[in-house]
Amino acid sequence: MIILAETEVKDKLDEILSHHSANRDELIPILQEVQEALGYLPQEAMQKVARFLHLPESAVFGVSTFYAQFKFFPTGKKKVRLCRGTACHVRGAPHILEEVEKRLGIKPGETTDDLEYSLETIACFGSCALAPVMVVDDNVYGRMTPKKVAQILGDKKRD
Amino acid sequence: MSEIRLIINGIKVKANRGATVLEAAQAAGIYIPTLCADPDLEPYGSCRLCVVEIEGMRGLPTACTTPATDNMVVHTETPAVNEVRRTVIDLLIADHPMDCLTCRKNQQCELQKVAAYLGITERRFPRTNRSFPVDTTNPFFDLDRNYCILCAKCVRTCHEVTGVGAIDLAYRGYTAKVATFGDKPFMESICKSCGECVVRCPVAALVPKETRQPTREVLTTCPYCGVGCQMYLGIRDGEIISVRGDRDNQVNMGRLCVKGRFGATEFIHHPERLSSPLVRRNGEFAEVSWEEALDEVAARLRRYQPEEIAILSSAKCTNEENYLLQKLGRAVLGTHNIDHCARLCHSPSVAGLATTFGSGAMTNSIGDIKDAACIFAIGTNTTEAHPVIGFEMKKAVRRGTKLIVANPREIELVRHADIWLRQRPGSDVALLMGMCRVIVDEGLFDAAFIAERCENFDALKSSLQAFDLDFVSRITGVPQEQIVAAARLYATSRPAAIFYAMGITQHSHGTDNVIATANLAMLTGNVGKPGSGINPLRGQNNVQGACDMGALPNVYPGYQAVTSEAVKEKFEAGWGCSLPPTKPGLAVTDVFEAAYNGQIKAMYIMGENPILSEPQAKHAEEALRRLEFLVVQDIFLSETARLAHIVLPGVTFAEKDGTFTNTERRVQRVRRAIAPIGNAKPDWWIICQIGKKMGSQGFNFAGPSQIMDEIARLTPSYGGISYRRLEKGGLQWPCPTKEHPGTPILHTQAFTRGKGQFMPLEFKPSMELPDDEYPLLLTTGRSLFHFHTGTMSRKVKGLNVFRGEELVEINPQDAEALGIADGDTVKVVSRRGEVTAKARLTQASPVGVVFMTFHFAESPTNQLTNPALDPVARIPELKVCAVRVEKNGSSG
Repeated sequence: MIILAETEVKDKLDEILSHHSANRDELIPILQEVQEALGYLPQEAMQKVARFLHLPESAVFGVSTFYAQFKFFPTGKKKVRLCRGTACHVRGAPHILEEVEKRLGIKPGETTDDLEYSLETIACFGSCALAPVMVVDDNVYGRMTPKKVAQILGDKKRD
Repeated sequence: MSEIRLIINGIKVKANRGATVLEAAQAAGIYIPTLCADPDLEPYGSCRLCVVEIEGMRGLPTACTTPATDNMVVHTETPAVNEVRRTVIDLLIADHPMDCLTCRKNQQCELQKVAAYLGITERRFPRTNRSFPVDTTNPFFDLDRNYCILCAKCVRTCHEVTGVGAIDLAYRGYTAKVATFGDKPFMESICKSCGECVVRCPVAALVPKETRQPTREVLTTCPYCGVGCQMYLGIRDGEIISVRGDRDNQVNMGRLCVKGRFGATEFIHHPERLSSPLVRRNGEFAEVSWEEALDEVAARLRRYQPEEIAILSSAKCTNEENYLLQKLGRAVLGTHNIDHCARLCHSPSVAGLATTFGSGAMTNSIGDIKDAACIFAIGTNTTEAHPVIGFEMKKAVRRGTKLIVANPREIELVRHADIWLRQRPGSDVALLMGMCRVIVDEGLFDAAFIAERCENFDALKSSLQAFDLDFVSRITGVPQEQIVAAARLYATSRPAAIFYAMGITQHSHGTDNVIATANLAMLTGNVGKPGSGINPLRGQNNVQGACDMGALPNVYPGYQAVTSEAVKEKFEAGWGCSLPPTKPGLAVTDVFEAAYNGQIKAMYIMGENPILSEPQAKHAEEALRRLEFLVVQDIFLSETARLAHIVLPGVTFAEKDGTFTNTERRVQRVRRAIAPIGNAKPDWWIICQIGKKMGSQGFNFAGPSQIMDEIARLTPSYGGISYRRLEKGGLQWPCPTKEHPGTPILHTQAFTRGKGQFMPLEFKPSMELPDDEYPLLLTTGRSLFHFHTGTMSRKVKGLNVFRGEELVEINPQDAEALGIADGDTVKVVSRRGEVTAKARLTQASPVGVVFMTFHFAESPTNQLTNPALDPVARIPELKVCAVRVEKNGSSG
């Protein structure tokens, strides 16, 4: 996701809030939609959600920082997620991670400078039969090898 | 409330039904360790230290969250319980510094107390390495997360007690911490610095910067606003070094705001305090002895006829002092020309409620707020001007009370409101009458109450014909459906309470505004019951008392009319002197005109600073300059005192005894904590000396207690009040006899005037509205961090850190059109003057409206305001005038 202009952020937020009621139970679904639309939760967006729900801004911040799914900085256009569950681990996930880190030049939790890729690790996808597993956006790649990393991310090779 | 019986550790214990096991144990004097429970907070059950065993229950329930029940058998000290506690503390101190002896919370630390109770003498788990930078940005307290135990007391306080919500727990697991929005320093957050979190922090995470302990404490009343918070001043070596809220009273129940907690002592010891009488000699002030100063005041006052003298009394001074000063004016100087700043705040409340109800004061009590099903707050920025009442309102809303806010500005209360009516400044009569019309049209009024308790309903009904929704919506700018929704919510939530302040009164039709609120309350039967009423919030600490004491041109103490021959005779007998004729004196707004014209030649001003508080302040200043003789009695050389011929140094609330009467009519003690600074003298003593020097016998008082006895003899509503009774706590007037318990709610059986009187009204626009030349509307108000003209609060360094200068709040849309950016210096110009200040761009100000306070002498906002007067109450239209804003340097 790319960084949007201020007016686009405002329009997207207005659109999201328009189909929610101002009930504090809606906080997490709203935050999820905002993140879906903007790629992360900018402070201005959290403030606007707080105002919409009549919640203190600190409470919105408290909830959103509690969940690992929410991001507070822009993320890359493509989201690379690697499983570090037990099955993937014993079948070589650390080597896959090493390769991805090398190719993208970032650590888990980081985003490439050109905002193309974000990398994170996941406790378990639940696809242990396919271990080790890598997911790029919604595409699942099973039985990963360092070589396959090159194939998947290869044409976008980093410096 | 029914009682239950339970057995704790083999001891039979009684408890109130609904109490938790922890509360039952505490009431019985049985200690159960806890780090997260607080009587003001909802049970939380997070620290796991209050675990107990309860027979018939599995596991170890937490005492703070378990309701006590009849015949329950509780064990608080079993091996299993203590094993859990031990582990909890072991885990906490693995993360906690062990520098107790040099810790700022030493001996006041709850963690230390629990560890000592459990007999812990070593750190069992290895010390972890957490390290946080200390947030020292707040001028009054620090946040050191290295000491934090994550009990969330601060967070819960900020949400549950104060309703501010500046902090919350953020992040998760080992990285969890108390954080502001965006994890910014305190000073970049919305924190209001009330310090309620600091008070409740069990460890040294939130600590005041001043941590020395006092040698003794004195209970007294806060000197700032009309809420009347009770607090202890801590004294050490003649200096006041600490303030803490008193939990055992019905007004503030321990809570204080930033001014009371952190801003009520620094000005007392300020080097600029006046410490010697000053007399102007050849244009310069010279220090003289009290004898010389008082002789000269007496001698020079004698030269004037009664109609040439005017007195300005003070809503900051005690009841006793106000009583004495009006007595001096009437009995010695022979004039009713006495008034004070209530003229500029609640004179329409007195006039409007006297017409409709028969007496003009807050009908209900602060403690009633929690009983209201609906609060309608119109023209009050409660959280800024009456912070502790604001806490109470937000707490009620948290517990289910509906809140309607009517305010042109997006004030803090708006976030808590169910309905926000953003009316145009000056359109309140239309809004309120429009709501009345909806209630009548929809049959939502209380017919039985109206028939039994009120009169003149038909006249109101016919005047409502003019207020159809079309008209009301056009005048107020509020959408029709919002007016209907607010009317329905107010009328159908019983009981409903109306709160208002200067947004209602400071208009050329202020009295009409007040009457409109009274109409609305009577229409729905919302008078005389708990949680209902009309509640004008009084601004100054003792503005209610100054009015009660007759520091007004038309009444003696207790609102006994000067026009009554019988009243005159009563006071002539009581004071043993002859009194001026039965014609009211001049109101302060007229006094300045009379001084300007030379009709008033001498003035005595006690503890007021009219140069900043009067409208069209330049004119008021010129009027004072034209006086032949001006005496000012104050604690600082205020802008007004600089013009005086003689300045008499009075003392602050901490250096004298007396009483203040708060906004809910509660008379409370002010107690001397330290001796007067320098050669200053208590204000009551000064007035007595002048009275004696002018030959009067009526000023031989040994102290304020004796003065109160005289007040009680002559003032029916204070008849039962004495210092002896006040030792047990405040009393709400009317309190006519020594046995009377005081009156928390007025008009319970009948209105003071008998029947409540509906009054027909018509909409009158403000006197000066924006036009081509002055296209913006200026409205004025207050900031939480300062008080009135800033004589006290501007002397407190920390408060100036929060707000050090005037800011012109302007909507970004207006600012853009004028090419003004946030922080630009701008010139605000009205027909009467111009003022320079910085611009603050904010959506809180509606388009077309700018907002300024009047706290700052450098930007004297009242040079702009309109002196147009309400014809009945003589209050000026401080809330609405037309201005233009220019970017500094340009001609706009």
